[in-house]
Amino acid sequence: MSREQSYVRVDNTLGNKLFDGANIIVLTIIALVTVLPFIYILAVSFTSPEEAAKGGFILFPKSFSLSAYQYIFSTDTLMRSLLVSIYVTTLGTAINLLLTCLMAYPLAKQTLRGRQPILMAVLFTMLFSGGLIPTYFVVSGMGLTNTLWSLMIPNAISAFNLIVLKNFFQQIPDGLEDSARIDGCTDVGVLFRIVIPLSMPAIATFGMFYAVSHWNQFFSAIIYINDSDKWPVQVLLREIVILAQSRIGDTGFDETAIQPQTIRMAVIVFATIPILLVYPFLQKHFAKGVMLGSVKG
Amino acid sequence: MNAQIRTTGSSSSSPSKSTLGKERVSRRSEWLRELIKDKWMYAMLLPGVLFFIIFKYVPMYGVIIAFQDYQPFQGVLGSSWAGLKHFERFFSEPQFWQLFRNTLLLAIYNIVFFFPLPIVLALMLNEVRIERFKRFVQTMIYIPHFVSWVVVVGVFYIILTTEGGIINEMLFALTGHKIAFLLEPSWFRTIIISQSIWKEVGWGTIIFLAALSGVDVQLYEAARIDGANRLRQLWHITLPAIRSTIVILLILRLGTFLDSGFEHIFLMLTPTNRDVGEVFDTYVYVKGLTQAQYSYSAAVGLFKSFIGLILVLGANWMAKKFGQEGVY
Repeated sequence: MSREQSYVRVDNTLGNKLFDGANIIVLTIIALVTVLPFIYILAVSFTSPEEAAKGGFILFPKSFSLSAYQYIFSTDTLMRSLLVSIYVTTLGTAINLLLTCLMAYPLAKQTLRGRQPILMAVLFTMLFSGGLIPTYFVVSGMGLTNTLWSLMIPNAISAFNLIVLKNFFQQIPDGLEDSARIDGCTDVGVLFRIVIPLSMPAIATFGMFYAVSHWNQFFSAIIYINDSDKWPVQVLLREIVILAQSRIGDTGFDETAIQPQTIRMAVIVFATIPILLVYPFLQKHFAKGVMLGSVKG
Repeated sequence: MNAQIRTTGSSSSSPSKSTLGKERVSRRSEWLRELIKDKWMYAMLLPGVLFFIIFKYVPMYGVIIAFQDYQPFQGVLGSSWAGLKHFERFFSEPQFWQLFRNTLLLAIYNIVFFFPLPIVLALMLNEVRIERFKRFVQTMIYIPHFVSWVVVVGVFYIILTTEGGIINEMLFALTGHKIAFLLEPSWFRTIIISQSIWKEVGWGTIIFLAALSGVDVQLYEAARIDGANRLRQLWHITLPAIRSTIVILLILRLGTFLDSGFEHIFLMLTPTNRDVGEVFDTYVYVKGLTQAQYSYSAAVGLFKSFIGLILVLGANWMAKKFGQEGVY
């Protein structure tokens, strides 16, 4: 604030104006380059196959068409993968939040016996891991492969989020909790009736970060899930766009009738839209979240 | 369940070397009292502790298959020991040096081309006087961070393909020929770094902007009175203010030197660019999960984790030497 005010008094020399002008132009270009690919893909996905086939740089469809989306909705595969992703994201995030809160709360109590060794053990997992192969054997040994649980359980708690949430819980004044205890609340009751409601903004932020990572994950599904019926949308997207296997419909493309390019773009739009929908909420909180994270555990 | 709680509680509190039996008894009963008093606390800890044991510590125990000839049907206990055989094989493999080179080059490219960009961008944003414009730019450049790697790579595929990709269309119109960016191994590293830049540079500015917001405004006023122009102020006030942040982030980046972004590279690998694109992590995946060489790939993974651990601890030690609070 005070910085802005102080600038008002700056003599508006030519040099200063040029500096500001150049700065704003370059930043505008950077911002545009960042979002242009998204706009291009969105525009082409709504373009008629004929226009898209001609190519060229489309930022606004001249001949508006929903054929790509109609095609997508007519196939089972994509709709099913969207449902899988929605299911994994909601249930997975609920599990994440429940387990992270349950574990963070006792760890926030400095007097609890055994707290320190558990914290050290958690920190150590951030430094060293058994690696891909042994983890794979644990997950398959528990019979989780080829079930959607394999996408939710093996990453149920993020050590980093746990530590940050623990720090957040520590800042809550003890007095509030004590008064609830005097009124006969158990520790579990205190967590759910006092601590969690008081930490809602932080928990909402963690929830959104967890949800974004669930929605975006593809690698767990690639290693743990063979059954293509259970693929989340990111895996399907990889098949369609990157491996270019024209297998979106149950039968495969009829390349003459449909422009595969517009369909690929429509799938990308589907895989991205949920992120863009929560983005305004995320943006409100993440700066704070990142700062919380930089505070030492 | 009860037993589990009890072991968690008692194993963790280190017994002191008290010689008096009587005192020990009273201490034990004191633990017991606290255990009962905090039983709900321990009950809440239980699911999380189980999670970390099963999904983090059991795999750490599982890395001993790197020293065995592991057969899935015989299990960890039934498989025969192989000593350091798999490590010896890995180090003598000509591919070891290829993986080493690929990983190293990507890491160096990252530090040279990616690392300075968030700093420059943050400095530029910091100079913007119109608050609304600044916020608009920030909103735009943070978006790609939240998009999946699959989408990022997918977008690049669509734009760069030789069959109707917009970049190649333009290139063809200008020069009359196309470049197979996605197949040409010589383009692999350039594209990987460009994708990282597009996705993460905006997000990377946050930490520098936070450091910049703490700079004392009076310094700028004093400098202006002394006749310093905007560039001079930038050089003598703004940049020194974030110098320690830059140093610490550079050190921490060195700590994760070997992590070249597994998911990202995994998605970008094709049969034509494996020679330049294969890194330790993707090699573990190929050998272990597609070719079922479990023990060998676990050995490669363990080698990488171990080097990674040393690098992180070393970086943390260095950060402390620089007078910063370490991360661990």
